[in-house]
Amino acid sequence: MYRSRFEKEMDELRSNLVRLGLLVEESIDRSIAALIKQDRVLAETVIAADREINGLANQIESRALNILLRQQPIATDLRIISTALKMVTDLERIGDQAEDICTIVLHLIDENYVAQGKWIILPKMAQLAKQMVNASIDSFIKQDIDIAKKVIETDDEVDILFAKLRDEMIELLQSKPKYANQAIYLMMVAKYFEKIGDHAENIADWVVFCKTGEKKHRKI
Amino acid sequence: MENEICIKAESLDLFYGDFQALKNVNLEVAEREITAFIGPSGCGKSTLLRCFNRMNDLIEGCKIAGKIFVDGRDIHENTDVNLLRKEVGMVFQKPNVFPMSIYDNIAFGPRTHGVKGRKNLDPIVVESLKRANIWDEAKDRLNKSALGLSGGQQQRVCIARALAVQPKILLMDEPTSALDPISTGKIEELCEELKKQYTIVIVTHNMQQAARISDKTGFFLLGEMLEFGDSSQVFSSPKNEKCEKYITGRFG
Repeated sequence: MYRSRFEKEMDELRSNLVRLGLLVEESIDRSIAALIKQDRVLAETVIAADREINGLANQIESRALNILLRQQPIATDLRIISTALKMVTDLERIGDQAEDICTIVLHLIDENYVAQGKWIILPKMAQLAKQMVNASIDSFIKQDIDIAKKVIETDDEVDILFAKLRDEMIELLQSKPKYANQAIYLMMVAKYFEKIGDHAENIADWVVFCKTGEKKHRKI
Repeated sequence: MENEICIKAESLDLFYGDFQALKNVNLEVAEREITAFIGPSGCGKSTLLRCFNRMNDLIEGCKIAGKIFVDGRDIHENTDVNLLRKEVGMVFQKPNVFPMSIYDNIAFGPRTHGVKGRKNLDPIVVESLKRANIWDEAKDRLNKSALGLSGGQQQRVCIARALAVQPKILLMDEPTSALDPISTGKIEELCEELKKQYTIVIVTHNMQQAARISDKTGFFLLGEMLEFGDSSQVFSSPKNEKCEKYITGRFG
């Protein structure tokens, strides 16, 4: 029973992070679906959900700070709390990016899309980014460094897809200038998914720190 | 929901001879909460703690002005001090088990209050040891001397002894300063468990301890209470500059 209150607070922190992760994954899913289906209601749902994401993120931050204040964690406990505090910022930003994507969707609602073959890469990026977010949180909960390393590797795949889409969009701009607005908007969406991958990678980097005390081979 | 007020001090001054140890202390302690008193040595925190069950009566030359209410009753008016101390138990810095068996330590209080016979005493002893989280370690040696226990175990026996007379309030004067971190952790956990039923006031030099376990914290300096509030507020954004300096280790 030693420090059972502390353990309870840590469990709550973990389950809140999982909840936050599920919310942002849902927003990623919905943002790409809203883009493909040009679904205004779905896009607005994601925009509205960001408020809930921010609220939960704030709650996690204040709980984590409260644990720092009242329980003075050290060693592994200190690394877990620091990691949680860093993770929450990345997750909250992912929520913002899903919201930003949906703001773009609202601009594209009445467009006649250029053939989707041109941007078939986007749903793949969204899928990968979502998997990375899911795996990064999983790696934290399980404290599994192998899952974290896999997330870090996957970011390269997202970057490659981003570069491909960029080339497609350049080609589109050159060949069909009347689709210039779509090319630019889709480029931005791709950048947001690429950033989501970066945030998931950040989380994974912190999980490696959490487990080893090292971040990018540097002692902290 | 705010808990009821259990202890109240009004304009409390206390003198040891010519020396004023407490200056105009006004304080409300809520029931079933842990209230911590912190401050440098000689600031009056232990003196104030001892006021709540009139332990200062035993000190020659001690004079008190102002009022103290426990459960709404003025403890200096028509109060049987023995009954007051039954209601307001105390645990000290050094474990002070009596040189007798564990059983007799716990049964001591109830016996002085007239409870007799194993049939009546046994359940009290068992229940008190269980509540103080020392039962598992003590159950096979109830008739052995309490002095054979470790310091941390002795301190939990002292807490069990205080609980045996069914107090409402537990006063703890640096209860863990003589204990190692594991025993300290056990006492802290115990306090959190006990506050479901009891009101606890604890004096501690260990600020981290106050931050960990207390709901409210009072900061004392030179006999005055300079800050009182929710512990999370006092330890994250104290209003009083001296309190800030003390809890951040800049003076004291």
